[in-house]
Formats: sequence, C-alpha cells, structure tokens
Amino acid sequence: MKKKLLTAALGAAALGISAVGASAATLDDVKAKGFIQCGVSQGLPGFSNPDDQGNWTGLDVDLCRAVAAAVLGDADGVKFTPLSAKERFTALQSGEIDILSRNTTWTAGRDTALGLNFAGVNYYDGQGFMVRSSLGVKSALELSGASVCTNTGTTTELNVADYFRSNKLEYEIVAFEKADEVVAAYDAGRCDVFTTDQSGLYAQRLKLTNPDEHVVLPEIISKEPLGPVVRQGDDQWFNIVKWTNFCMINAEELGVSSGNVGEMMGSDNPAVKRLLGTEGAFGEALGLGNDWCANAVKAVGNYAEAFDRNVGPDTPLAIARGVNALWSDGGIQYAPPVR
Amino acid sequence: MAVQDAGRIDDRAGVAFFNDPRVRSWAYQLLLIAFIAWLGFVVVMNVRANLQAQNIASGWSFLNNTAGFGIIQTLAAYSEAASYGRALWIGFLNTLLVAAIGVVLATILGFIVGIARLSPNWLIARIATVYIEVIRNVPLLLQIFFWYFAALRAVPDKRSKISLFDTFHLNIAGLRGPKPIFEQGSWMIGVAIIVALVVIYFVRRWARRRQAATGQQFAMFRVGLAILIGLPLVAYFIAGMPVTIEHPVFNETGPVLRRGFELGTGFNLIPEFLALLLALVIYTAAFIGEIVRAGIMAVDKGQTEASNALGLRQNPTLRLVVVPQAMRVIIPPLISQFLNLTKNSSLAVAIAYPDLVAVGGTVLNQTGQAIEIVAIWMVVYLTISLITSMVMNWYNNAIALVER
Repeated sequence: MKKKLLTAALGAAALGISAVGASAATLDDVKAKGFIQCGVSQGLPGFSNPDDQGNWTGLDVDLCRAVAAAVLGDADGVKFTPLSAKERFTALQSGEIDILSRNTTWTAGRDTALGLNFAGVNYYDGQGFMVRSSLGVKSALELSGASVCTNTGTTTELNVADYFRSNKLEYEIVAFEKADEVVAAYDAGRCDVFTTDQSGLYAQRLKLTNPDEHVVLPEIISKEPLGPVVRQGDDQWFNIVKWTNFCMINAEELGVSSGNVGEMMGSDNPAVKRLLGTEGAFGEALGLGNDWCANAVKAVGNYAEAFDRNVGPDTPLAIARGVNALWSDGGIQYAPPVR
Repeated sequence: MAVQDAGRIDDRAGVAFFNDPRVRSWAYQLLLIAFIAWLGFVVVMNVRANLQAQNIASGWSFLNNTAGFGIIQTLAAYSEAASYGRALWIGFLNTLLVAAIGVVLATILGFIVGIARLSPNWLIARIATVYIEVIRNVPLLLQIFFWYFAALRAVPDKRSKISLFDTFHLNIAGLRGPKPIFEQGSWMIGVAIIVALVVIYFVRRWARRRQAATGQQFAMFRVGLAILIGLPLVAYFIAGMPVTIEHPVFNETGPVLRRGFELGTGFNLIPEFLALLLALVIYTAAFIGEIVRAGIMAVDKGQTEASNALGLRQNPTLRLVVVPQAMRVIIPPLISQFLNLTKNSSLAVAIAYPDLVAVGGTVLNQTGQAIEIVAIWMVVYLTISLITSMVMNWYNNAIALVER
C-alpha cells in the first residue's frame, strides 16, 4: 500500500506544483503529443479489458478510440492507464490522463466537488447482486444476514448500505481495493453476495471458477449512469468528448455505421450530411475537422456496433440492449441533434 | 574548544564582520530557514490557488458529513449514519489494534526464533535459520495474500464450523468465541486491577530494599500474580458478579443466509484481521529473531564465566547478566521493527481489513479531498511512530548500562 500512498501523495503534490493553467487547452496538448491518455479500469470484460497481447477492448475503450479518431484521425492514437476506483479521480485532476472512461457513475457530488465534468452517458447501468444458485435465493429482500463483497471507493459501497438499512436487513460488508480480490474472495466463499453494477456482475462472473453456479438477482437497487469524465475548466475538450459520444448515438439513429459511412457521405439526408460534415461546419466549431464524426464512426462504428461487439447478446457477457436501446426503440439513449 | 577558537578570532582586530565564521554560520542557517519557510508558504498558497481554480472542494468541513458506508470491524460505536471523521477514527482504532497485538506477538515469536537459532540442537537451529531466510526474502504483500487466500480455502464455509472445546469456532467468516458483557458495577473490577498494579509496585520496591539491606529474597512473582488475580476476583464478587459471557449463536435451520453464526453475537475475529496479523507477526518476527541473536552474541562469553565464578547459577546468570546486556544491543533496532510493523499494517487495504488507509481511501474517493486525507494519513502514522520511539527510547535509557 506504500505504492498507493505514494501515488496519492504524488497526485496531491502534482496538484500543487502544476501551473494554474494546466487544465486549459487539452486539445492542443493532445495534438502536440499525438495521442490521448485514457484512464480505464484494471480489467473489466466488455468495458475495458486488455487481451493477451495487451490490446485494450471494450465499450469504454471504444469511446476513447472514437475521440482519438475524431481529434487525430487515428483510432490507435490512445494510450491507456489502468486505474483503481480509488485512484481514478486524482489521476484526472492531476492531468495524468486526458479522459477518464472507466465505468464511472455520474453523481452530483462527483460532478460538482471534484473539479470534474461528466461528458454524457455511454451506458445506463444499475447496481445488482450476484449469489450462488445453490443458496436458492430468489430476491434481494431475502439477503438478511449476508456477507457482501464489493469494491472500496465506489457508489456501490454507499448504495448497498442504503439498501440494506432501508429494508432493515442485517449485513456485513467486506470491501476490497481491487476488483480481482473481490472476485477471488467471493469465489473462495468469504461472501454470500457479490455486488457491483449489474454489467460488472455479468463481466466478473466470467472470471469465477464455475460461472454457471452463480445467478444475478433481478433487483436493481440504484441508478448508475456510466460515462466519460474530463477536467472542469476546459470547455472545448469537454464539448469534444461529449459530442463524440453523441456522434456515435446519432450515427446509430441515422443508420450510419462503420461499413456504410463511405457511401453515406453522399447521402441526401440533411441530418446525415450535417453529422458527417458534408454540410455545415460543426467540426470546426469544436476545433476539429468537419469530418470528425465520420472518422470516429469509420474507426469504431456507431453505438450499436460498439455495444454489440463488446457487451451485446453475441458476446460472453450477453447483455441485452434494455434501457440502453435508442429512445426510438423504447430505451433511453438519446442524443441531441447535430444542427 | 569551539568557543575558545571563536573567541580568539573575535579578538583579532581588523577582521570584517562578514569574514567572522560565527556570523557567517548564523547567516547561512538563517538563510536556509527563511528559504524553507518561503518554499512551504509558496506550496501552500499554490495548492490553495490551484484547488480553487479547478473547483475542487477543500477544507476540513467534510469530516462532519455523513459517511454512508459500512465498516466490517468497529471497535467503537459506528453506523452508516456516522460522520466521515468518525469513520476515520474507527479506521485508526483498527490500525492500532493490529499494530499493538502484532508488536507483542512478533516480539515473543522473534525472541523464540532468535534463541532457537543459537540452540546447540542442530535441527532446531536449522529450522530457525530456514524460517528466517524464507520469510525475510518474500515480499510482505505476497505473504498477506498467501495467508488470506490460502486460509480462506482451508477453513469450513459459513454454514459449518470446526470447534475447539465447544467454545472457539472457526469458519470462513472468522474465529468466534465467547464475549464478556460488562454490566453495571464492572468499573470496580477495572479499579481493582489498577489498585493491584500499584500494590505490586510498592511490594516490589519494599522487597528490593529488603534484599539490598539483608540479602533475604522474596517470592515476588508468585505474590505478584496472587495480587493481580486475587484483587479483581474479590471486586468481581463484591460487585455482584456483573460480567456475563455471551456465546455466539449458531443457527442450523431457518432461511439459508441466516444459517451459520448470527451476525453480532459473541466475539469475532474476522479472517481479514487474522490473515493480516499472521502475516505481519511472522514477517516481523524473522527480523526480530536476527536482532535477538545478534544481541545475545554481542555479550562476551567472559561475562557468563565471571558470573559463574561469582557463584551465580545458570538461570540468574542469564536473567541478571546476559539478557540486560543483550537488551542494550537489541532495543534500538527493535524500535525500527515495531515502527515497520505499524507502517506495514497499511497493506491491510489489499485484503479488505478496514484500517486507517483503507477507510481513508474510501473517504478520499467519496469526497475527493485527497490532500486532506493524505495529510491525515501522514500525521497519524508520524504520531504513532514518534510515540512508539519515545516510549522505547525511554525504556532503552532506563535499562542502559550506567558507566562510571
């Protein structure tokens, strides 16, 4: 833990020593160094996870790649910094990373008191519970007396306390620093219940010895809108990240995908023309080329492609679109129009 | 000498004041102090300006806000509705608990290992050597993980147990045992213990003086033990037996999650605590063993022989001649081992033991006030370390050889 202490201390020191203007003009910094430094998780399948060659994949990773494509024209212009839940905000505050795209819940406290801004939502999640199927538990309300394993420094830790208290259920909490230890302790039987965002439960279940022997309970006990985060005080960069996310959602809505973006450039639909930059100058207003969104979609695809590739029904996670479907399909993913 | 030299130079006529070494050394030191003070001031002001510019909350008022998270081991009253300050206090107590028990156990184990290494018995000496070499050379964090995850796999699950004398029960949720409940009137027992200690102190002083004057010995250990146990026992009965024992409740039936030990009944040492304590004790004892061996070997063989020549038998020779001299060598490095153990206890966060660093990390993440939390960590560990050093240095001075 000395290392953690050191990181925190260095982070604190960096806050102090870096010049006041450090947060300004992230775009210029990124263009000068030629890559984006993206803060991700230490390994959460489907969201940000390195494969055996060290290539990062996942929904959160794709967002960083989309921003890199929009800004630099190169989806590989990203370097990844794996961060624990505890380190993530300090890393962003101190300028160590340019974007935090790490299944991070948007809350009032984080948005206002940390000097950070949430640039939208790329996955609507909610906290759930996983238990061994052999326990025969059908509902979270039967969990009285349980030991609950979770991560420290997360909204999860607070939600579970609220839920058990308000339902007058007894529990004991075992909170680990790293997700891998949570999984290992739950797998060893230290806890009856593993709780985190429901998407995370599906992802971590894959790491258990016998994934089939565990069930995710139906209850969702919280709202967890997960999204990218940037430093406060750099509105241009904030807009770029926010609109790259919107770009992918709008692309899905307008039927633009990585496969057809070339022919869509010649589309007559004015909404598609504005999105892909063949009409209007919306990219310039962001400080980018007008083809920013076309580049992003060409490189990583629209939101549906990214979702299906990383977490969708055909992946090991097998998560349905659910609330993450477009508003026009009965979900709540909704992006303001480009105009 | 220095004063005389300076005086002589001062007397010399015609030397400019800025060439006076005394003035110079003062001036340089003042300059250095001024520079450090300026640096500190700049850092503080810069941090404040930066935090404000980046809209990051700062200050100490967050300590009164509601924490909202649970803690698995609380030595004082705590609930989710308590404040962040209270949560940090709980974490601090947990750090103190593991450090205090760890220091005592590591010292005992360390002395045993150190003496075993010097044993004339080949097997015992070799076992001690292997223990020291293996444990000293494996990183502590790995050992903590080993004890935690190996132990978790080895013990029965939550809904079964192994019992010792039907009193202590072990399963994956921890080591459970009977818990004494102190009811009204229990304060008398505490008072009796203090009284007993005071009485023992005076009896011991009297016995020593009598031995110095007359040579008569006194069975201090037996009398002392009798006083220490007898007085509180008498107080216990006078107060009307106010201490009851609460046994942990084990449910065999009922809802599946309710089976096993009921939460909050009896006395429970959680596995995170046991694993951390075990790892810290075993790791630190290896170092202490080497210190003890060095200390004993540092006492000249002639001391033992001289003591034997004076007619002292084996036991008094060790107790009165060898150990007091060895302690002078042992204590100073022992202090650093105590400090190391305390600081190493911050590795607890890796296995979910809620110590100061673990709880502080959670608070840091919920409030984002990194500088304040890191400052609290530093001040607390510094204070614990300085107090430990102070006490041990005082003890060291008390037992130091008084040279004439």
